[in-house]
Amino acid sequence: MKINNEFRCSFPAVSANEGLARAAVSAFLIPADPTAQELADLRTVISEAVTNAIVHGYRETEGDVYVTLRMLPERTIYIRVADKGRGIPDVQKAMEPLYTTAPEEDRAGLGFAIMQTFTDTLHVRSTPGKGTVLIMRRRLGKTDEA
Amino acid sequence: MQIHYNTETGQLLVQLDGEIDHHSSNALRAEVDAAIYAHLPQRLILDFRNVSFMDSSGIGLIMGRYKILQPLGSEIILQNPAPHISRILRLAGMERLAKIRSEVQKEAVK
Repeated sequence: MKINNEFRCSFPAVSANEGLARAAVSAFLIPADPTAQELADLRTVISEAVTNAIVHGYRETEGDVYVTLRMLPERTIYIRVADKGRGIPDVQKAMEPLYTTAPEEDRAGLGFAIMQTFTDTLHVRSTPGKGTVLIMRRRLGKTDEA
Repeated sequence: MQIHYNTETGQLLVQLDGEIDHHSSNALRAEVDAAIYAHLPQRLILDFRNVSFMDSSGIGLIMGRYKILQPLGSEIILQNPAPHISRILRLAGMERLAKIRSEVQKEAVK
């Protein structure tokens, strides 16, 4: 598929970089002229994905988070967030709303629910011990009432 | 963030600001909980007027405070969320745990 633009970055899995990832999404999206809601949705999506990598993938241990943003035809945004952390043993279970492995940290277990709601497609590929890759797409300019 | 406790009404008003994410929520939680345990308020008001971003970490923050306050019979009010924050509150079903309201711009109750 034709890629109109692409931005790749990686950064250490520390929570201060969650804001950095949101800023990257904002900067990448600006030329596509998203609505305020589209921008807010995709900033939320990247925040959830990167937080998952830091909290669950690396469990606060050292490692890098890899982000790829692409602008595809028909104003479709592609977001890929990958880590080389522990992986998810049961992806179906992890995607259930309110399921969390970190309740003691006040994690709501809503990350996947939010990512699914705010994107058109979400694919998860995870191998225990190897890491997790999330790939999401959202087409801009659709009227989307949630 | 500003925290103000009104002894007459038993209201703890927390004026949140900036971005609420996993990074900021630990410090936020510690400050809010310190005030909750110091005052055991009848009502906790979280004001989102100056919050520019919130993800599910904010939902975790609200749910955690609900767990502390519910046994005390105290209520939580979430006020003045921006539209994108309202969406996340609704998606998470927070209206079942808390009142969500918007205040017309007026002098903050001090």
